[in-house]
Amino acid sequence: MTSTLPSQPKDGDLAVSARPSAQGRFGRYGGQYVPETLMPALAELEQAAAEAWNDPAFTAELDRLLHRYVGRATPLYEAERLTAHYRRPDGGPRIWLKREDLNHTGAHKINNALGQALLALRMGKKRIIAETGAGQHGVATATVCARFGLECVVYMGAEDMRRQALNVFRMRLLGATVQPVTAGTATLKDATSEAIRDWVTNVESTHYILGSVAGPHPYPMLVRDFHAVIGRETRQQCAEAFGRLPDVLLACVGGGSNAMGLFHDFVEDVSVRMIGVEAAGDGVDTGRHAATITEGRNGVLHGAMSLLLQDADGQVQEAHSISAGLDYPGVGPEHSYFREIGRAEYAAVTDQQALDALRLVSELEGIIPALETAHAFAWLETLCPTLAAGTEVVINCSGRGDKDVNTVAEKLGNQL
Amino acid sequence: MIANGEFMETKNMPKTTISSQFQRVKTEGRIALMPFVMAGDPDLETTAEILLSLQQSGADMIELGIPYSDPLADGPVIQAAAARALSSGTTPAGVLNMLAGLRSQLSIPVILFTYSNPLLNRGMERFCDEAAAAGAVGLVVPDLPLEEAERLSPLAKERGIDLVLLVAPTTPADRMQRIAESSRGFTYLVSVTGVTGERTVMEDRVGLLVEQLKKLSPCPVAVGFGISGPEQVRQVRCWGADGAIVGSALVKRIGAAAPEAVVEQAAGFCQQLRQAVD
Repeated sequence: MTSTLPSQPKDGDLAVSARPSAQGRFGRYGGQYVPETLMPALAELEQAAAEAWNDPAFTAELDRLLHRYVGRATPLYEAERLTAHYRRPDGGPRIWLKREDLNHTGAHKINNALGQALLALRMGKKRIIAETGAGQHGVATATVCARFGLECVVYMGAEDMRRQALNVFRMRLLGATVQPVTAGTATLKDATSEAIRDWVTNVESTHYILGSVAGPHPYPMLVRDFHAVIGRETRQQCAEAFGRLPDVLLACVGGGSNAMGLFHDFVEDVSVRMIGVEAAGDGVDTGRHAATITEGRNGVLHGAMSLLLQDADGQVQEAHSISAGLDYPGVGPEHSYFREIGRAEYAAVTDQQALDALRLVSELEGIIPALETAHAFAWLETLCPTLAAGTEVVINCSGRGDKDVNTVAEKLGNQL
Repeated sequence: MIANGEFMETKNMPKTTISSQFQRVKTEGRIALMPFVMAGDPDLETTAEILLSLQQSGADMIELGIPYSDPLADGPVIQAAAARALSSGTTPAGVLNMLAGLRSQLSIPVILFTYSNPLLNRGMERFCDEAAAAGAVGLVVPDLPLEEAERLSPLAKERGIDLVLLVAPTTPADRMQRIAESSRGFTYLVSVTGVTGERTVMEDRVGLLVEQLKKLSPCPVAVGFGISGPEQVRQVRCWGADGAIVGSALVKRIGAAAPEAVVEQAAGFCQQLRQAVD
């Protein structure tokens, strides 16, 4: 199995109605590679989601909570000083930020956590489990569980608990149990495995709120659809701000949920360039990175066929990134599909480039982005010089950086 | 005690090495003892000795795990064994080499247990070619979707390998039928809603599931996940199953034994289990 080079996508490849297929496939990617015990629960979840989306009471409740509890719609903000920073004598692109960092709990993650909690209530499941890397999805899940009175257990790698101590405390304050995972690399990959094992054991009483567009079908579709509000708002806000579609969409990709949320509404608008930015860690040549799409081969992790960082024998490799949320050797299957059919482009930036971007955006815009988000900003350095004057670029400002100040201080402390 | 012919309804159940072994065991008036061992824990040389000693100690078949970095269906005991095996440098090719080296001595059927990724990474056909060349006659892949299993099964069959499918307590009846019809060699009944690992009590609904499966297909039924000792092997036998798979309880003993006592420990436990199937 080798990946093919990007080619020009055909219309049929892009039809939203065809993604995923009835078998949960995006082309060859996706599927349901899980223990038999979970198959009925996945079918139940798929059916519950389909019924919910067709139920006006559900969508009205979701919209109401997204507005009043989460704080949507988030602004589309013109980053004037960042735009000026990249301006050339002949002009340059104009940079807009989709301010997902202004959501309740500080990141896009709550769009999905809220939607899935409402689904769990519909299915009569009173116990919720989740995995978390940076802690943003864990906090979002703990938050909605508190809101609805659901029991909440969050699996988190012990190494990530150290890196994201603030978020661990937030989850506990919200009444969740944070379960440390010490197996393997003690990061997001192992936390996800442990959450799946919990679900296999308690499937009859428990709903698993998976936090990215990864995992077995229907999760990549389900999580995408709850985040698609990001792109829908962006489309309308672009029309209001400059009277047309954006030219470039830019987002960081770990599992790929914030990128998919931004991209989804624009997939059939082929004039819109979509770029996902992965974590190159110490550099893709060093072997210490999390650039799954850039360097991975087809494989199966956590229930889905997708690109995967693995060795010659198919053992999953350790990922490395300064950002806990991108520190994952897999990626959502629809991203692998977009890469294969050439609908989206994927790039990678190093830890250092992300740190530089975090400082730049903080100083120029008064916005401290999350380390994950900083990867998307960092790609501007490479991208902007190639863009024609007047190009409209939208970056998904997917999360705020408060949770990362300790990590950043360790790295930059002596320079500030 | 002789129930000749129950597994011989050859229309649905062609005769294979595994089905013949179940047949032989049945004519002896007992159920099959099927220990699981993680290849490479603590190292492949020791695994080879363990396999031979299990054969000597009354095992009817062996399920041999190929260690994988992310074993989703496994509890802590087998996860730890896989981690030990990987850190001792065990690779899928190494496991098959070890197995091939035992061909003249190991006469009981060997069923390989692997996750999807190492299998697909190798390619289904190449994996089956290599497994068959090493002498394996069965394959269990706990996270392979049914539609892919239905693609793999004929490829495996051509190479003399039975692809064994799993049924869980949560499996609905119509799906159970489809699995029972597609499974070859035997149907692997997962006895618990959960990952591998010892349980103190086995749920009574397992007995009903065995009964249900036996009605759906002439394929033998082996029960695994959660069997911790002779008492539960007897229980499985009472429920009318054809085989008992014992994994974590054996793997735990292998992991806990002093290096020089590993083989002896495994053999001793196997003998205790054997008394329960006789």
